[in-house]
Amino acid sequence: MNYPWLTTLMVVPLVGSIVVALLPRARGVLAKQVALLFSLVTLGLTIAVALQFSATSAERFQFVESHPWIPAFGISYSVGIDGISLVLIALAATLVPIVILAGWNEADTAAGGSVKGYFALILVLEALMIGVFAATDVFLFYVFFEVMLVPTYFMIGRFGGPQRSYAAVKFLIYSLVGGLLMLAALIGLYVVSAQVTGTGTFDFGALVGIEIDPDLQKLLFLGFFIAFAIKAPLWPFHTWLPDAAAEARPGTSVLLIGVLDKVGTFGMIRYCLEIFPAASEFYAPIVIALAVIGIFYGALLALRQHDMKRLFAYSSMSHFGFITLGIFVFTSQGQSGSVVYMVAHGLSTAALFLTAGFLIARRHGSSLISDYSGVNSVAPVLAGFFLVAALSSLALPGMLSFVGEFLVLLGAFERYLWVGAVATIGIVITAAYVLRLYQKTMTGPLKPGLEGIGDLKGREVTALVPVAVLSIVLGFFPAPLTDVINPAVDQVMTSIGATDPEPEIRSAGATTEGGSS
Amino acid sequence: MNPANYVLLSAVLFSIGAVGVLVRRNAIVVFMSVELMLNAANLAFVAFARMNGNLDGQTVAFFVMVVAAAEVVVGLAIIVTIFRTRRSASIDEPNLLKY
Amino acid sequence: MTELMPAEGVFSLIWLLIALPLAGAVILLCAGRRTNSWGPYLGVLTVSASAVLGWVMLWEMLQVSPEQRTVEQNLYSWLVVGDFQADMAFQLDQLSMVFVLLITTVGALIHVYSIGYMSHDRDRRKFFGYLNLFVAAMLILVLANNYLLLYVGWEGVGLASYLLIGFWQYKPSAAAAAKKAFVINRVGDVGLSLAIMLMFVTFGTVSFEGVFGSADEASQGTLNAIGLLLLLAAAGKSAQFPLQAWLLDAMEGPTPVSALIHAATMVTAGVYLITRSNAIFDIAELAATAVIVVGVITVFMGAIIGSAKDDIKKSLAGSTMSQIGYMVAAVGLGPIGYVFGIFHLLTHGVFKAGLFLGAGSVMHGMNDNVNMRRYGALRTVMFITFITFAAGWLSILGIPPFSGFWSKDEIIHAAFEQGVVVGVLLVIAAGITGFYMTRMFIMTFLGKARWEEGVHPHESPKVMTIPLIILALGSTFLGMALLFWGDIESWLEPVVGFESKPAALSTAATIAISLTVVIMGAIVAYVMYWRRPVPIEEPRGSWLTRAAREELYGNQVNDALVVKPTYVAARATAVLDAKVVDGVVNGSAAFVGALSTRLRRYQTGFVRSYALSMVGGAVLVVLALVLVRAS
Repeated sequence: MNYPWLTTLMVVPLVGSIVVALLPRARGVLAKQVALLFSLVTLGLTIAVALQFSATSAERFQFVESHPWIPAFGISYSVGIDGISLVLIALAATLVPIVILAGWNEADTAAGGSVKGYFALILVLEALMIGVFAATDVFLFYVFFEVMLVPTYFMIGRFGGPQRSYAAVKFLIYSLVGGLLMLAALIGLYVVSAQVTGTGTFDFGALVGIEIDPDLQKLLFLGFFIAFAIKAPLWPFHTWLPDAAAEARPGTSVLLIGVLDKVGTFGMIRYCLEIFPAASEFYAPIVIALAVIGIFYGALLALRQHDMKRLFAYSSMSHFGFITLGIFVFTSQGQSGSVVYMVAHGLSTAALFLTAGFLIARRHGSSLISDYSGVNSVAPVLAGFFLVAALSSLALPGMLSFVGEFLVLLGAFERYLWVGAVATIGIVITAAYVLRLYQKTMTGPLKPGLEGIGDLKGREVTALVPVAVLSIVLGFFPAPLTDVINPAVDQVMTSIGATDPEPEIRSAGATTEGGSS
Repeated sequence: MNPANYVLLSAVLFSIGAVGVLVRRNAIVVFMSVELMLNAANLAFVAFARMNGNLDGQTVAFFVMVVAAAEVVVGLAIIVTIFRTRRSASIDEPNLLKY
Repeated sequence: MTELMPAEGVFSLIWLLIALPLAGAVILLCAGRRTNSWGPYLGVLTVSASAVLGWVMLWEMLQVSPEQRTVEQNLYSWLVVGDFQADMAFQLDQLSMVFVLLITTVGALIHVYSIGYMSHDRDRRKFFGYLNLFVAAMLILVLANNYLLLYVGWEGVGLASYLLIGFWQYKPSAAAAAKKAFVINRVGDVGLSLAIMLMFVTFGTVSFEGVFGSADEASQGTLNAIGLLLLLAAAGKSAQFPLQAWLLDAMEGPTPVSALIHAATMVTAGVYLITRSNAIFDIAELAATAVIVVGVITVFMGAIIGSAKDDIKKSLAGSTMSQIGYMVAAVGLGPIGYVFGIFHLLTHGVFKAGLFLGAGSVMHGMNDNVNMRRYGALRTVMFITFITFAAGWLSILGIPPFSGFWSKDEIIHAAFEQGVVVGVLLVIAAGITGFYMTRMFIMTFLGKARWEEGVHPHESPKVMTIPLIILALGSTFLGMALLFWGDIESWLEPVVGFESKPAALSTAATIAISLTVVIMGAIVAYVMYWRRPVPIEEPRGSWLTRAAREELYGNQVNDALVVKPTYVAARATAVLDAKVVDGVVNGSAAFVGALSTRLRRYQTGFVRSYALSMVGGAVLVVLALVLVRAS
């Protein structure tokens, strides 16, 4: 496998964004078409990569490329993917064309920027998202991690709602604070690696191999973890999210919450756990406590939001609590569940934000719940997709999100019985706020002023169908995901030295490897 | 003659220049004081070059001279422009850049 | 011990039982309004095909010996992570067989009835799509061979129930009732989730075979915990105390839905769950006792509510709660009761579906009025409805030889085998049943007409009455058929076990006592509602009547204990978030801002003061250097 697949994956959208940016300002439609074309090519390439990916390979990373970048500091351009990064790259590559299609008219009325600019930024962001998941050099990861802020900042700050600059600056400063802590920890890590091995390195594989003094680990862990916790966002580092989600365009929110925020949880499972196993174990109780607080805190806040987009933001916070919980209980069910949940949450967030976005666009931009009622009677298709999205969000069995949520809760329950039991109660509040939203907006008598809103058009339906179909089909047939995730999670479990708790009773029917009872 | 005396002289010149910058109001005089400080520094460089027996200090002195020449050109141009608009060469008056 | 047989012959089509209605649902829900004309027929067709397939399977099953009647079909590995495995696999045995037949056959009849009932609705294909979805989910529930797949069906029927209760969603009350049903069911689902997790932690598997195979090795405490969690789940789905509050509101749905989902099938899923898990409840004594207690409490709650409601559907809903309470109490009795719990479930499924459809037929003729005080004397204008309703009425009362007599009597007898207390309580409840059902029957069909102005009651079309007639025949003969010809005891015995203990009362005595009590209840109703005129305005009533009208304050209790505190917590969290968490963030921003406002005052614009500060700084640096050198 000598062809540099991963680099190609990054270069194609980057080239696309340059092409889009060079188009004349007046040719907005052409810019959209070109952007869509490039994102589809990227999706096609991603599928090609996924098909060549071997789930059973003994290698830690596949499609590896490595070129020296700054040899003096042991920094290299190294990329490679395991199952976890593969599914997240696939998620990003799937959502970008959908967002472009759904956000076809999003930038037309933007005060702050041109149409082509919006779509060029989306493509730049796609290249960076693929890069951040593919990087196997910690410094390279950091670079992607920070550079991603730039297109996102402009997407919120130029194309967002009335409070956009407040939201964009808040997002940027929050993220920069996290990034700065991570940079400090990164330099610390380099120094430690230099002390241990003689030559410093940023290579992920080499860093996993070195033994770091536990006390030092605890410090360095914090640097990385806070950066990821802000990105994820974990309670109490979350307050940028509702503002950003409320001001950003729906498409931006999808990429921001659906994919970008996954970098936080991805970072936890890839970097925090594997490089700092002792510290992870030390901090696990605290992180789990934060995650459980986040689950309920987000859900309770979602219960009393008046604004749909803010509601989605708080619900995402609650879901990120589940994801983080799964990662830090150190069971294969919990961690696989977390990764599945990341994908599922990406899909359900996309469905929610896009459907709500279509609705909001029909009502001149109001996202207040009280401005809607009885939409189902004038736009049944829209209401139907909204319901599917809502059900996906509340993790109805049969949806992909159920697979993720159940595995996370199971993993938590195995390790800490009461944590799992308490977290499970969260599903009731989730149902309450999701259905409350559906009840208030879609059912009941039609709100005056909504008579004229049309149902979804072909373009909008085309954007939503893949998301809905993927959520349901993968819910009944999650093997394509779990087959690649499981080996990667096993790898993580081995490298942190954790094993699943044994069941109390080995029953005869449970295991195939025998052990007659 | 003891090279340390040159250093002392340079220190004295530098102090005179610094005090001149701080207490004088006329821009031209302040400017001359700045030149004085630069040249004091040059003197110190040359003296140290002599004391250490290498040419580094002299090289730097040349750099300083070049920079000082450039600075004079720009600085005098600014002063002349300000004088034209305000009819005054006092440096306390132009305070548009406060806060 | 029964053995698992591979699915061969007709049994290789188990998946098709589910796939047919599922395909119907997908087509009807995706194809849009153009299917309105033929959609209902497609819906009927898929469910009927499943029903035919089910009966063929029954025939095949009868050909093999009882030990070989458990068939398993494994489609694919659904979810495998670490040691956890759940398959997309179905298990058809005697227990699931009777459920398949109940669901598909009663389901098909109700589909047919709905063609008439929903003929004027502009979204009728959606209605049939949802009904198909329900049938598919319910079949998954009863055919699953592991608890996780059962959970899929469990929430699937909850979803269908949600959609159908809220079918007329332009009515705010319907939308609210739908949400309430789903959320309360979710509370029960927490129980099921936790039970599944606890099973995995204990047994390392969630398949029925694996869990039941080693249930006797687990500790009493663990099994009790699993049992209680399963009971919580069952209480949610089957509207048992304390999660009963949603069922009465669920009557907002169209009447066929109330018949199929909220009487015959879905609400009995809890009984199925407990019966299916008999290996656990047989050992977990505390949990089994809790099951009896919950069942008996609900028997009374439902009966009391049913006695006071003037809304015919709500009264029937109370009756459903009460009857399911009987079943729950029966399966709580253990091996002496499982068979009869299921037996009653089947007969109840048929006669209650008939009663609900009869009520629907009445409403159809009365301009959708549900108030029984505005009914009366309908026996002549709706003769078929009257006769079929009468069959259901006699059946639920337990008058021999109607179906309900055989099953209810067996439950009461089994209760006496367990102990006198439960038996006596169930007999008393049977008396209340006699009262409220007779009250309903008299208020609706007998007495004087109290119709509203402009109402012209008429019999329903054939497409509605034929299902009524079939269900009435079932209400009359099914009990005897199952008991004498079908031999339900030995049919279910391989799956759920069966034993008989000497009872405190002989069978004949039990029958005599319960019949006497039931007839006394009926006579009270006769005296109160036939001999005396029924007022159109509801009288104030005793405190018990008022409490029963308020559904025994179930909603108020939920509000006070759960809903209000949750909203208070939400409000408190919102304040905390805005003032403290975000306050710290915005506060630090404001602090930096304020600081810079102060500091910029030092930018005076005087060049010489800048120069002075530079000199000062340089002096400080030099001093620092000197000090460091010196030390």
